[in-house]
Amino acid sequence: MPKECQGSRMEKVATFEVLEPGILTTIQDLGRYGFSQFGVPPSGGLDTFSLMVSNLLVGNGEEEACLEITLMGLRIRALKEVVIAITGGDLSPALNGEPVEMWRTHLLVQDDVITFKKVSAGCRAYLSAGGGFVVPKIMGSSSTYLSGKFGGLEGRPLRRGDVLYTSNSPSLDKLGLRFPSDWIPSLEKEVLLRVIPGPQDHHFTEEGFQTLTSSSYEVTRQCDRMGVRLEGPRIERRSDVEESIISEGLISGAIQVPGDGKPIIILTELVTGGYTKIATIISTDLPRVAQLKPGDRVKFKPISVKDAHRLLKEQEERLKEFKKTIKNQAVAVD
Amino acid sequence: MGDRGLLIEFGDEISREINEKVRRMALVVRAEVREGIVEVVPTYRSLLIIYNPLLLPFEDLKKRLKRIEEGLRQTPLPEPKLTRIPVVYGGIYGPDLDEVAKYRQISPEKVIQLHCSKPYLIYMIGFMPGYPYMGELPEELVTPRLKTPRLVVPKGSVAIAQRQTGIYSMESPGGWQILGQTPVELFDPGKDPPALLQMGDLVQFYPISEKEFKEWAF
Repeated sequence: MPKECQGSRMEKVATFEVLEPGILTTIQDLGRYGFSQFGVPPSGGLDTFSLMVSNLLVGNGEEEACLEITLMGLRIRALKEVVIAITGGDLSPALNGEPVEMWRTHLLVQDDVITFKKVSAGCRAYLSAGGGFVVPKIMGSSSTYLSGKFGGLEGRPLRRGDVLYTSNSPSLDKLGLRFPSDWIPSLEKEVLLRVIPGPQDHHFTEEGFQTLTSSSYEVTRQCDRMGVRLEGPRIERRSDVEESIISEGLISGAIQVPGDGKPIIILTELVTGGYTKIATIISTDLPRVAQLKPGDRVKFKPISVKDAHRLLKEQEERLKEFKKTIKNQAVAVD
Repeated sequence: MGDRGLLIEFGDEISREINEKVRRMALVVRAEVREGIVEVVPTYRSLLIIYNPLLLPFEDLKKRLKRIEEGLRQTPLPEPKLTRIPVVYGGIYGPDLDEVAKYRQISPEKVIQLHCSKPYLIYMIGFMPGYPYMGELPEELVTPRLKTPRLVVPKGSVAIAQRQTGIYSMESPGGWQILGQTPVELFDPGKDPPALLQMGDLVQFYPISEKEFKEWAF
């Protein structure tokens, strides 16, 4: 059976109408893995932490599909009662014109309108709905792969007039649930990204690597779901190595340095590449990359694989603890 | 590579022998290590393994991979499948055919004949869904990339660069020299597997007329 039929067996119900699609809004889950040998990149929500928390708040599994809203402009109308949560970048979300608190659950009733007015901090917000957004799963995932034109809603960003479906499994007992405020990642205009050197750090001079870890780089306008191009000091390459390498696999967070010496952070819509990679950003810092927008600044700091794994474990523990809290808090607290 | 990637390099050149090692390793890793493996990305001369360090500790993964590598010689590879790909060469379908002929100082007909003269090995699928990197071209066809890449290369374009030949499975920017276009669909996200061609298989090109191309398309 073709894989795209899987989603259609689920009972789904029309939940939102898109009044304005905003700059770029797509449907994303945690990504499409296991198909890279066919040249298919993972896609998926860029700020996975915010996406997972958004889902947990409304009682979903952490991997459900959400809306990834970029910068501003999305306006949606509820077609029925639905529980939602908004996490990630602060895009000044409003409910019927009034500011609405992020990182907690809200109950919408029919004809309520949610608007993302303007970027206040960060770049991408995540809106989850009780039951999760339903689109046909392609290769096991609901994620939109924009350059491949498949996944999500017909492989494209949302448009005015689209109707968004959610799975019909209302559980309204999570209202008023908040994510602990001291666990909410801060959104700054200059972020420190921790990296693990390699795999081609030896293609650069010692000074070149120093340049990477001691400079502040600015995010340029070339900043999308494929990658973030940075402007700043040129990273010096060793004179006895070639600028390009034989094409090889890519991972989100890899920092490519092409011939011009200016770093590019690789994100989730690429699968292979032939440029040298000086270092790779650690998993727990990738959500910060997702929240970068043109004009923001980044610095890089090398750490060990061991330390990166410890940080990942700590994050996992927090999510686990939060899941426990949700279980114990089955009754409305509002 | 980062805190959840492990890159195994088998050499530093494009060769059949090295590519076979990559394929063997990918095959065994996929079959034997399941828990904690997120993605296996085989390419020309290296294998990227993306893992979940919370399920599969780095040191354990390294040990298992080392053991697999030691027993790799005995791993049989599946028989390569040969796919014949029709191509309409030249004209609006192959805007670089004449330039390549001029560069190599042979006739356009000779370029077509050489391009169709033997089956090519698919070294990897990458760059975009279903895009096969194939080789090696006959010596007389080896041509560098375009100086300025095109912003739009039509879907189905059959192109060459250095000793490699490939097929643009989707419309995209690209810098390879375009010899022709195939009406065959290389990628369908609804199919299983989604890509027509797979790493390790063989492709034989053959020329078709513009009329055949158009009828194929409709």
